[in-house]
Amino acid sequence: MRSALIYLLAGIGGFVIMALELLGGRVLAPYFGSDIYVWGSIITIFMLSLSLGYLGGGRLSLHAPSLSKFASLFLIAAVLLYPLVYFAEPLMEWVFDRIEDPRYGSLVAASTLFILPTVTLGFISPYSVRLLVETAHRSGEVAGRLYFVSTLGSALGTLMTSFYFVLWFEIDTILTGLAGTLLLLAALGYIGNRAT
Amino acid sequence: MRNLLVCCVLFLTCFLTSFPTQAAGRVVHKERSLYQTIHVVKDRAKICLQFSVRRDQRNQSCIDTRNPQEMQFSYTKMMMAALLLVEQPESVLMIGLGGGTIPTALHELYPQAIIDVVEIDPAVVRMAREYFGFTSDERLRVYEQDARVFTRRAKKKGQRYDLILLDAFNGEYIPEHLMTREYLEDNRQMLTERGVLAANTFAVSDLYDHESATYADVFGTFYNFKIWQSANRVILARPAGLPEDTDVLKPRAAELQRLLKPYNVPIRRYVKDLAGRKDWDESARVLTDQYSPANLLKNR
Repeated sequence: MRSALIYLLAGIGGFVIMALELLGGRVLAPYFGSDIYVWGSIITIFMLSLSLGYLGGGRLSLHAPSLSKFASLFLIAAVLLYPLVYFAEPLMEWVFDRIEDPRYGSLVAASTLFILPTVTLGFISPYSVRLLVETAHRSGEVAGRLYFVSTLGSALGTLMTSFYFVLWFEIDTILTGLAGTLLLLAALGYIGNRAT
Repeated sequence: MRNLLVCCVLFLTCFLTSFPTQAAGRVVHKERSLYQTIHVVKDRAKICLQFSVRRDQRNQSCIDTRNPQEMQFSYTKMMMAALLLVEQPESVLMIGLGGGTIPTALHELYPQAIIDVVEIDPAVVRMAREYFGFTSDERLRVYEQDARVFTRRAKKKGQRYDLILLDAFNGEYIPEHLMTREYLEDNRQMLTERGVLAANTFAVSDLYDHESATYADVFGTFYNFKIWQSANRVILARPAGLPEDTDVLKPRAAELQRLLKPYNVPIRRYVKDLAGRKDWDESARVLTDQYSPANLLKNR
């Protein structure tokens, strides 16, 4: 039951990461266009943030790991998503006024908008491994299953966002929905923590 | 027996007409750019620029080398109808170069005007120069960049235009950020007091309704200019207002008819079709930076 919950959280975490990455293109386009370098900026920033997140999540898992700390990661990520809804425009305006070249403009804008939430989301995977692994013997299997779930979540997040969400909702609505989902997952984690 | 014959004839007709644009002609240049595959096709005296994403090609721009001024496409000619609404434009912004037919014509017609052309694909600019006789100079300038970025920057610098021409869509893929209310609003604000905007847009699919609703949201009323047998529709908008009865434009059309003769633009005939009906679903959702799934809507 506890491990099912962790897999669920990690899977939806993967969903949110890719949904966010795809929306990044839409958020930046009005200021920096939709050229290949805009996608280059976004993907670079997401990969960089995730790599840092993995490192951080692994380090954090050394100190008294618990489901409630795990749930707090989702809470923090949710809170860090909100500036994207409320401050993205003035921030991109500020960057646009200072950096003429849209390549570096989009890179700087993508960093300021996406690094913090994505780093936090990157903490999830290694931390999940720590919570799930009971014996060294099964650690590979657990890690494999975890990659499976979170990458499957990412695939689904990509598909749903690009095929349907953008057709049904406004960008800010989707972002708010993602933040709301993360809050819900945090709540689930806290409840799970008390139940076990 | 007769049925069989009819079937055969029908089948043959379908078969033969399924290759309409793959007309004779040889490819003199093929290039895969970052944005599309570009073919330059030569068919006797005609040279055409084709962009393709799938296998069927679309002519984007053609010239007749024996008479390079003559415009070959109805939508190109229709765009020139904007001149009915603005006299002697001194500054022109054109989004999307193609073979450069329109900016070249405007440069010849109004040599004193400053014409800025924005084209995202450097390969298209090269093709236009190499095969379509396009040349830029200090009054006809080409910017190789994203139109949204150019427009935002130009507007901030206080740049204004008497005439803005939007022709950024190649029929296969639509840059979705160039179809939103915010983008059109930026363009509207960049028009001078007497300024006119003309846009070559889609006339089919769900997108027609959404695009029309978006223009209506930004400009209020506009001319919904269509001619028979054309898959294109040209939107003409002028913040200073448009005459309800287009007959008042007849003297201007008569004046332009002579001027536009070398380009084969039947501008006098356009006057009666200029203010087309509001034939779109006015309740269609406006496209915005928040909501612009244009490519998904196009396929519905």
